[in-house]
Amino acid sequence: MADLTSSSAGERLAEARRQTNAAARRRRWQLLSPAIIIIAAFGIFPLTITLIYSFLSPGTYGGVRWEFSTNAYVQFLFDRDIFDDTLQFSATYLSIFGRSIGLAFGATVGALLIGFPTAYFIASKPANQRNLWLFLITLPFWVNLLIRTYAILLIIRDEGIVNISLMWTGLIDQPIGMLYTDYAIFAGLIYSYLPFMVLPLYASLEKLDFRLVEAAYDLYASRFQVLRHVIVPMAKPGIVAGCILVFIPALGAYITPELLGGGKELMIGNLIALQFGGSRNWPFGSAAALILLVVVMVSLIVYVRYSGKEGSNHG
Amino acid sequence: MATQSATAQPNAHHQMAATTHEVMIHAEGVTKTFGQGSSQITALDNVTVDIRKNEFFTLLGPSGCGKTTLLRLIAGFDLPDAGQILLDGQEIGHLPPYKRPVNTVFQSYALFPHMSVARNIGFGLEMQGRPKSEIKNATEEMLALVQMEHLAGRRTDQLSGGQQQRVALARALAPRPKVLLLDEPLSALDLKLRKEMQIELKRLQGETGITFVFVTHDQEEALTMSDRIAVMQAGRILQVGGPKEIYNNPARRFVADFIGDINILDGELDAKGERVILPGGVSIGALLPEGAARTGHVSVAIRPENMNLTAADAPEAALTGRVTNIVYFGAGHNVHVALEGGGEVLVRRAQTDAQIGAHVGLSVPDAVQVLVD
Ligand SMILES: Nc1ncnc2c1ncn2[C@@H]1O[C@H](COP(=O)(O)OP(=O)(O)O)[C@@H](O)[C@H]1O
Ligand SMILES: [Mg+2]
Repeated sequence: MADLTSSSAGERLAEARRQTNAAARRRRWQLLSPAIIIIAAFGIFPLTITLIYSFLSPGTYGGVRWEFSTNAYVQFLFDRDIFDDTLQFSATYLSIFGRSIGLAFGATVGALLIGFPTAYFIASKPANQRNLWLFLITLPFWVNLLIRTYAILLIIRDEGIVNISLMWTGLIDQPIGMLYTDYAIFAGLIYSYLPFMVLPLYASLEKLDFRLVEAAYDLYASRFQVLRHVIVPMAKPGIVAGCILVFIPALGAYITPELLGGGKELMIGNLIALQFGGSRNWPFGSAAALILLVVVMVSLIVYVRYSGKEGSNHG
Repeated sequence: MATQSATAQPNAHHQMAATTHEVMIHAEGVTKTFGQGSSQITALDNVTVDIRKNEFFTLLGPSGCGKTTLLRLIAGFDLPDAGQILLDGQEIGHLPPYKRPVNTVFQSYALFPHMSVARNIGFGLEMQGRPKSEIKNATEEMLALVQMEHLAGRRTDQLSGGQQQRVALARALAPRPKVLLLDEPLSALDLKLRKEMQIELKRLQGETGITFVFVTHDQEEALTMSDRIAVMQAGRILQVGGPKEIYNNPARRFVADFIGDINILDGELDAKGERVILPGGVSIGALLPEGAARTGHVSVAIRPENMNLTAADAPEAALTGRVTNIVYFGAGHNVHVALEGGGEVLVRRAQTDAQIGAHVGLSVPDAVQVLVD
């Protein structure tokens, strides 16, 4: 060993490092392979099928005919005149998308407004009580969404408990038509996805260093100022995650608008379902699903970029 | 609080008489308990204390004695179960923290991680709704005061412990509070930095003229920095006084034990309670603190550096014994002497020619401190 020059020792070290690096890379791939298989089988494969279908022609009794066509995408924005084949701009489907985005956005904001105080309440409980509260929050989720939505339907319909008790107390003499309105969908969406808001919010609020809150109080911040300048900025990761987790499923919601909107107030989810069912237009259904996917992805990227930037502006 | 302190040294008395002291914080019968039933803890037990304007006041005591609790009551984070706290003559017990002109430097610093150094420092003024220009000026002034100008734009999690400490100080000083509370602010720093910050804190206190209430469990730190010290134990304040008074005339056995090395000897008070007879039969003057026994069996305290080694048969030898060990510690020697009548004492001398095993005499001061248990 003594006659080795330092440079050859260095080379041997580098060689050894290269070898361990290669081994580490191999190991990483081995560890990742189950995940890659799952992503391929359940993500990429169905997506590819959807993409292919969206460029085919509809079969008469459902399914597709293997004929290339961009009709599905054209149909999304334009009406084809049945007589002279000219295209006319039509906002029908666009407005369904708009409505859906509006409802999903409203539901996200609503869930945030209700979920934030809830999560804060739980996080401020003694540690040994928090799990009980979280359990209570997630408890309704043990029941099927369909059943829970039917329960809302029964409560708010004209002969439901709300209208009956209001009429019994004499506050109203006609039932309030709550069912089959946008408000019903809105309330249903908030109710359905609230835990997706509460849980990530709780996770970030629970980590909140309460000493920072005390420091802010000490530095003349009122309760509202503490909320605005300390708690909300610190809970930002939870807010971002919660909003994403509510917005995405709310945007594609199917059961809630179907039952509480009575099927006449369409959301994207219902539109897509309809194409694969009654309308027998699989390519258009596939195209609508892909457009939804793109809308979600783009809004996600914009949202994460924007909220990330705002966070670093503070710092 | 002079009433509670031991018979003060003449020069300490002189200083106190020179100026009349205005009181900044007056706590009266403050009691705070945590928990319920059998697990109830009395964190503060009927604490009464005056903290003066513009002084560097230190709460000194072992961990768990209630120092933080007292600070939190002054800051308004907790409410006392009984008693009241007056700030500059006004009862503040009902005010929330954000309405008290008191700021805290937290033990953990508690800097806002999502804000720059400058915004952290300006935060108090910002929350008070002061104009932008004023916040900017004050922030710059504070950055200069703690020598952090070059780091104004940094995020606080990119700072070293000492720098975070300075930012925490600047942030708490920027709104010019009447009182600055500091909860063991130096305990997380290494020794060298801690010594620097001790001097720095003392300088800041002098320059700003703000009343500092400083918490520490480090007796040396307390003696170095304080104008006055309150020694606490188990939720009570045992003694309040200047560093010299606390060091030389501890009134309680706990205070004597807690601060530095001390020899505690048995003694017998004479009938008048003026002189105390040591085990060897020599009688010397007794300094009696309030509440001490006026007669009979007592404990007396003598600092190791206030004793001297003599020949065993010298006339000034009040006690005699045999040298058991000599330990050199750089600045001097610790000489351990086993006493004739039992027990061991420590004598501290810069130079000594004593030999282990030698029969020696020990001289003591003209008057010794009698302790209350
Ligand atoms: N929030 C609390 N809940 C229960 N016990 C507490 C609480 N705060 C302090 N204590 C107890 O009160 C006593 C005094 O605590 P503290 O004031 O923090 O002491 P110090 O700061 O002197 O170390 C300790 O026994 C501590 O365990
Ligand atoms: Mg403490």
